[in-house]
Amino acid sequence: MPSSEPLDRAALGERLDAIFSFDVSSGRNYDELTEPLLAGERAVQEFALHWAKVAAPTHLEIAYLVVLLAPLALDRLGRRDAEAWVVAALDGFDRVGLRAAVMRLRDIEGFARSASPAAVSLDAIAPRLQRFLQGLAGRPLRVEADARPWTDTETVYLPPLVELATREASADRYLALAAMLWAQGRWGTYAMDIDAALADFARPDHALDWLALLEALRLGARLERELPGLRGEIAALLAGLPPQLDTARAALAAPGAGVDDSIAWLRTHAEVAVSPAPTLECLPTLHPADARERRAARIREQSQVLRLSIAELLESLRAGQDDPPPELEVDADPERLELEVKIDGASVTLPPEGLAAAQSLLQDLGEIAPELLVPAGPAEWKGDGVGKGKPGTLETRADALFDEWDYRRQAYRRQWCHVYLHAVGGGDESYVLAVRARHAPLIRQLRRRFEAMRGEDRVLRRQSDGQDVDMDALVAAIADRRGGAEPSPRLFCRRQRDERSLAAVFLVDMSGSTQGWINDAEREALVLLCEALEMLDDRYAIWGFSGWTRTRSDLYRIKEFDEAYGTEVQARIAAIQPRDYTRMGPPIRFVTEKLLAEPVRHRLLVTISDGRPDDFGDDYRSDYGIEDTRQALLEARRAGVRPFCITIDRQGADYLKRMYGPAAYAVLDEVRKLPLKVAEIYRKLTI
Amino acid sequence: MNRPHLHALAPELESFAAEPYYQPVARETELFQAAATKKLPVLLKGPTGCGKTRFVEYMAWKLGRPLVTVACHDDLTSADLVGRYLLAGEETVWLDGPLTAAVRAGAICYLDEVVEARKDTTVVIHPLTDTRRVLPVEKRGELVRAPDHFMLVVSYNPGYQSVLKELKQSTRQRFIALDFDYPPAELEAAIVVRETGIANELAAQLVKVAALTRNLKGQGLDEGASTRLLVHAGHLIAAGVPPRDACAAAVGRALSDDADSVSAVDDLIRAVF
Ligand SMILES: Nc1ncnc2c1ncn2[C@@H]1O[C@H](COP(=O)(O)OP(=O)(O)O)[C@@H](O)[C@H]1O
Ligand SMILES: [Mg+2]
Repeated sequence: MPSSEPLDRAALGERLDAIFSFDVSSGRNYDELTEPLLAGERAVQEFALHWAKVAAPTHLEIAYLVVLLAPLALDRLGRRDAEAWVVAALDGFDRVGLRAAVMRLRDIEGFARSASPAAVSLDAIAPRLQRFLQGLAGRPLRVEADARPWTDTETVYLPPLVELATREASADRYLALAAMLWAQGRWGTYAMDIDAALADFARPDHALDWLALLEALRLGARLERELPGLRGEIAALLAGLPPQLDTARAALAAPGAGVDDSIAWLRTHAEVAVSPAPTLECLPTLHPADARERRAARIREQSQVLRLSIAELLESLRAGQDDPPPELEVDADPERLELEVKIDGASVTLPPEGLAAAQSLLQDLGEIAPELLVPAGPAEWKGDGVGKGKPGTLETRADALFDEWDYRRQAYRRQWCHVYLHAVGGGDESYVLAVRARHAPLIRQLRRRFEAMRGEDRVLRRQSDGQDVDMDALVAAIADRRGGAEPSPRLFCRRQRDERSLAAVFLVDMSGSTQGWINDAEREALVLLCEALEMLDDRYAIWGFSGWTRTRSDLYRIKEFDEAYGTEVQARIAAIQPRDYTRMGPPIRFVTEKLLAEPVRHRLLVTISDGRPDDFGDDYRSDYGIEDTRQALLEARRAGVRPFCITIDRQGADYLKRMYGPAAYAVLDEVRKLPLKVAEIYRKLTI
Repeated sequence: MNRPHLHALAPELESFAAEPYYQPVARETELFQAAATKKLPVLLKGPTGCGKTRFVEYMAWKLGRPLVTVACHDDLTSADLVGRYLLAGEETVWLDGPLTAAVRAGAICYLDEVVEARKDTTVVIHPLTDTRRVLPVEKRGELVRAPDHFMLVVSYNPGYQSVLKELKQSTRQRFIALDFDYPPAELEAAIVVRETGIANELAAQLVKVAALTRNLKGQGLDEGASTRLLVHAGHLIAAGVPPRDACAAAVGRALSDDADSVSAVDDLIRAVF
């Protein structure tokens, strides 16, 4: 037991130094931190020091704030909720970034309110809303906090806290608001240029506010029909609408009503539109400029996806090079988001990412114009494999060189990327023991599940030798003898293990952005995976990757196919750390080659990363990186490797569908799910 | 003496006296009929519970042929399909497997989820799928020639993610492939009404729930709700269970064990009912 005497200045300084190892560059100093703690009791000091130490590996700034604010937080929240307050901030960092973490820490008052029993905070309900919106929209929508609800059609902004009579009522309010904002995108609030349409009103600003209310009326009626389960909640939302709007109700509730009907009503009621609209806190506001920008970007992006999938489809269908260009037609129903694509009169099935792009376009544009079906440039595939072996022109000699896909040229840049292989050292061997201890029950469960996948013993019949008599064969032999034929001497059965004949590579993101919980989760994921894989005979290798521009793609050897999962490999897993940037193409091409060299029937490539490819300096972080990654996955698939991409990305951005189109993929919205998920995905992929 | 017992083991040849209810979705009945006329084998591709089995039953009735259905599983060997010797008292007796029985009877043989079967089963299937149309019964040294009415139909769910469960090119290229998917909304609602007797409006709401869950495929769910699950939910509703509870039991919990995914489906159900 530590003594309950408060720590003095010197003792506090020492403890803080161990956590922050003060660097002058930070502009912070001991005094700023020791001062608030000096006044406190020992329990307060220990709380602050403990949680600062927990937070420091994630981000020092968070640790600073924890120390500064801990006395206040403990006072206002009490110990249990104060712990939750730090954890919520760390979670905010993982999911959104430093700014969110800082905002959460500062808002102790808000946190206190959210702890009330009937209140629901957006933080708590956001993952649930995201799944709800995914179900409604069929594509991911982001959820973010803002004082009033609104949407740019890609991100849904909702109030940070709702407190109605009960918890359930508060949660239902969130569902209704989310549905209302989804409805703005789905039924075309932004399908026309609202700013232009309202420009000639006497007061366009007031008109916009009125329009927001009219749209709430129109979409509310629509939602009551489409999602009758939400009728009560929608009615509650609309309850405060001013009586001037009563005459609009009937017109806007008509089945085919659109945003133009809302605007038309405003036009005929000019006397309403000149006055300021009442402020109804719970109803959505309109942001035409943001929506316009998102919509234009989305249309650009989705058109590209659609054209690429059409190109792929044509390539896979094409019989001879000399055939005349095929005739493309599309038959679309914008109301149901259904469409049929025909090539030379025959109906074809678009790949899932192409179909999703087409539906997104249909939603935004109301039709699929013929020019959207023009296939993207010929994605030529050269048959001689990816480049390798030749020394680079740069000073150092790369271990391998790879081509890179430049989507703007629609061609490869030859021998463009320099790959260096590294050994990983200096890892703590006890790390794996610690993870094993921490997750013992989980590991046991995984091992049992994996054991059940082991190629079962198979009985080979009609052998000339074996453990058992083959009754079928024996009976046949007796029958043959009776019938006067020569009986077969092969009368035994033998057990033999069925071969899974499978090799897998796990490619782990070691870029700088994995700093903190993601890196921890990656390493835990690998431990759990290896522990489980020990139950099978599958061949597997693990590589880490990071890099810095095209001249340096680093690949870290964690485990080769032929290495056992022993202390050495375990120490290397422990040593996986965040390094530089994420250039995903070269690592994918490298391990694809590794996989192709394995003498197995099935080859699997699993990537684990934290989102968008990104590299220093050049434009790899833009479309270029997405397209090259996509191309590398496509190459892998064509060569007979099955790629599967696991990504931690709370934003669930649309580029994922484009980038991972050639692969199957899973997006995790929470880091803590990663460790179990990797093993589970592997199991599902190979069961 | 023991003979009568053996009959109990014989594979079942189903014959449909009454027309099974099947709602055609695209041109599948014509294509199947044409394949039958031309003695070509057929591959039905599609997710589970979208009407493949019902379709084959319907076509068996329409063509007036008996049907043998085999649900494939990972222990199913070629011997299970072809047949084996049994001892009956002093005698050894040969018992045809379902495939052999179907060939002899000129029946439709439906191998459901064919990739689940052991690899050695393809050896006996292949000679039946090309112009030879024969079944080698190795144990008896017999080559059974398929009569004109025999037809091989297999099903396959391309939604499986496992690398070990892909249909090999050398197998798949032997079949006329028909794509199956969940029927369009109105047809699906009509099917649910017809199968369960619930009101049109309720059926339409069930179909809406299904559409929303299908949006979660790959985002927490392996598959969205199938037509079969809607029929189950419809039966529960017809038996007096409130719609939300019926959906929770027949759809949400049937789709996933993962708490987050179940609650996501619950929210969608909540929005519709
Ligand atoms: N087109 C259809 N016509 C009639 N019933 C259908 C149809 N599609 C699905 N069903 C219903 O769905 C249930 C499941 O279909 P089933 O044929 O067993 O699916 P599958 O064989 O594809 O797994 C059937 O029992 C039937 O009630
Ligand atoms: Mg079936």
